Parts: sequence; C-alpha cells; structure tokens
Amino acid sequence: MNNQPAPQRLLSWFNPLGRNPGSWAFILNRLTGLGLTMYLFLHLMVLGRLAQGPEAYEEFLALTKSPLIKLGELLVIGAVIYHGLNGLRVVLTSFGLGVRRQVQMFYLSVLLALVGTAIFAFRMFAG
Amino acid sequence: MPEQWTVTLRIYRQKTNEPSRYDTFTLEVNPDEYILDAIERVWAFHDRSLCFRHACHHSTCGACGMRVNGVEKLTCITTIRSVARPNAVLTIEPLRNFPIISDLVVDMGELYRKMEAVEARAVLPITEAEIEKPPHQWKTEDSQYVRLSDCLECGLCISACPVAATSQPYLGPAPLAAAQDHRLDRRPDLLTLIDSEHGVWRCHSAFECTAVCPSFVDPGRRIMDLRKQTISAKIRHFFGK
Ligand code: SF4
Ligand code: FES
Repeated sequence: MNNQPAPQRLLSWFNPLGRNPGSWAFILNRLTGLGLTMYLFLHLMVLGRLAQGPEAYEEFLALTKSPLIKLGELLVIGAVIYHGLNGLRVVLTSFGLGVRRQVQMFYLSVLLALVGTAIFAFRMFAG
Repeated sequence: MPEQWTVTLRIYRQKTNEPSRYDTFTLEVNPDEYILDAIERVWAFHDRSLCFRHACHHSTCGACGMRVNGVEKLTCITTIRSVARPNAVLTIEPLRNFPIISDLVVDMGELYRKMEAVEARAVLPITEAEIEKPPHQWKTEDSQYVRLSDCLECGLCISACPVAATSQPYLGPAPLAAAQDHRLDRRPDLLTLIDSEHGVWRCHSAFECTAVCPSFVDPGRRIMDLRKQTISAKIRHFFGK
C-alpha cells in the first residue's frame, strides 16, 4: 500500500465506504461538477452546429427528442440544482453558519434536487 | 461468566521492502474488551513480529489509531461489541496518509511538524477552553488554572480527510484546529501560514475529521471558525489595525 498523500490517489475521493454524509456531499459535489463541465463542452459543441447551417441544426434538434437525451437533460437539471444548493451549504458553513446542521443541509439539498428534477420530468414527459 | 464471542482479525502486514498481505487470527473474546486488547493478544500468543503502537490504554496518548473495517478508530477505547457481531471478521489496517513503518505503525512525523508549525498548545488556560463557560462568566484569577488541550494528536482526522489523501503540504484538520484554538486576533503572526495555499481554504468541507475525532475537538467546525477569524484578521489588516 502506498500510504503517503499523493495527487494520483484522487480516486480515493470517490470511495464512500465507511464514510459519512459530509463525504457523500463532497463526492456528489465533485461528480456533479465534473458532469456539468462535460455538459458545458457538449453544449458549446452543439451551439457550434449553428454555424453549419439550419439543416445540421434541425437534424440535431430531432435527435434531442429521443428519450435517452431527455434522460440526460434530467440528469443535468438534477446536477445543477444539487451543485448549486450544496455550493450554498459550503458557503454558509464557511462563514460559520449552520456548521452543526451541515448534514441536514446536505439531505435538504438532495431532497430539493430530487423534487426539482421530478417536476421537470413531469413537464417533459407528461406535460 | 463473561459473554464469549469468536471473532477473526484480518490484520494488514507490511515490512520494509516486502509486499503487503493480510494475516488472519481467530480469537475467543469478551465483546466488551477493546480492539487493542485483541491485537495485543494476537501479538502475545500468535505472532510476536506484529508491530503496532500503544501506550496509555485510555485515550490520552493518541498512539493507537488504526482503521477498523475501513473506519478510523482509537482502538484502546473502541469495544469489539461496538464494531462487530459474533463470528465477524474485523479488518485492521494502519492509518491512511502517513508512510507505513511496519505493519500497523505509521510515521506521524509530518503531523507533529505541522502541529509545531502552528505552535499547538498542549495545555491552555481554562478560561480559553471552548467547552467550559462562556467568557464573561470567568473571573480574572481563574486564568491561573490550565487544562490539557483536547487534541491527542492521534492522526485519525488526517487519515479520514480526502484532501489530506492527495495533498502532502495541506496543513490538515488537527493543525488547523490548533491554530483556531490560538485565535488569530491573539496570534496574528499565524495568519500568513493559515491564509496560505495549504492552509484553511484548502478544506473541502467533507467533515470526516469531525466524524472520526475521538476527543471532541470537532476540527470541521474549528476550521470553519478559523475561516471567519481569517477574514476578520484580513479586514483588520486592510484597515491598518
Ligand atoms: S483533532 Fe481529533 S482526530 Fe485529529 S489528531 Fe486531534 S484528537 Fe485526533
Ligand atoms: S493507547 Fe493511548 S490513546 Fe490509545
């Protein structure tokens, strides 16, 4: 076991075994952060299609109607809500506010992200 | 007749320049014994080459920190009952984020050096101890009384911290908690270190330190308070105070 701190051990960040809600919040924050960064690139690439004329763009828009893409969009919505709310939690605790309630704030962030995603899902699929 | 359980200890072994392995030892134990008692029994009756650290056996020296089933524990105060069931397998591993010297013994030198860098106090006037009374209830003469600082320098918080896993220079929870205990208004000379790249802003709020700390230091809360102290100190500094 290489037991010393080292940047290449960053995969250990994502191991939730034996860890507490604070770490789950940390892990989820990183995963949603990475996901949203990837989405941003994807989004910019898609916008780049505009430059290739209306046909290419229309073709792409047709693709976005597929359920798989819609599911991906829902993931993005969930990630945005969670990442934003957890960001607020981190800011508040960094100012010494609600430190003893940080676990409850994490659960609330997850709950609100789930509710928000469910509302969007309803509007997307049933609305 | 005390209750008897059979448990198996699966202990991490590693000697210099040898590959690591796990050795298993099955023991009859009283579940109200401590994990450290079981490890000592392995050493006494099964394998004298097993290396582990301990001294006080009552959560004062901070030497017996290990990971039990992946979670940091002070093994001299962790009962077998609190972490196992009859016939359980208990995996015992050294703390993370410190170099292994032998088996369960890690080199804690880096933590001690960082504690020295912030001039961590081993004792403090009772009037400055957070968990006693609010400041206005103390009389001036009470400051002659001192108490031991809560931190045992056991390193459990460093082992549990995700940032400490990837950043060697990060000061880490116990040293930052020790700096918070000084208060930056009393020790403005610590500001440069605390406000540095490897100081108080490096924490990513996983609060694992607070979850594993066996001694009520609550490093997570103290780090957050130290951030407040840092901002206040910088504002004071900005206005030339
Ligand atoms: S802060 Fe707690 S866990 Fe960390 S070294 Fe001190 S006593 Fe141990
Ligand atoms: S043996 Fe001293 S703290 Fe456990």
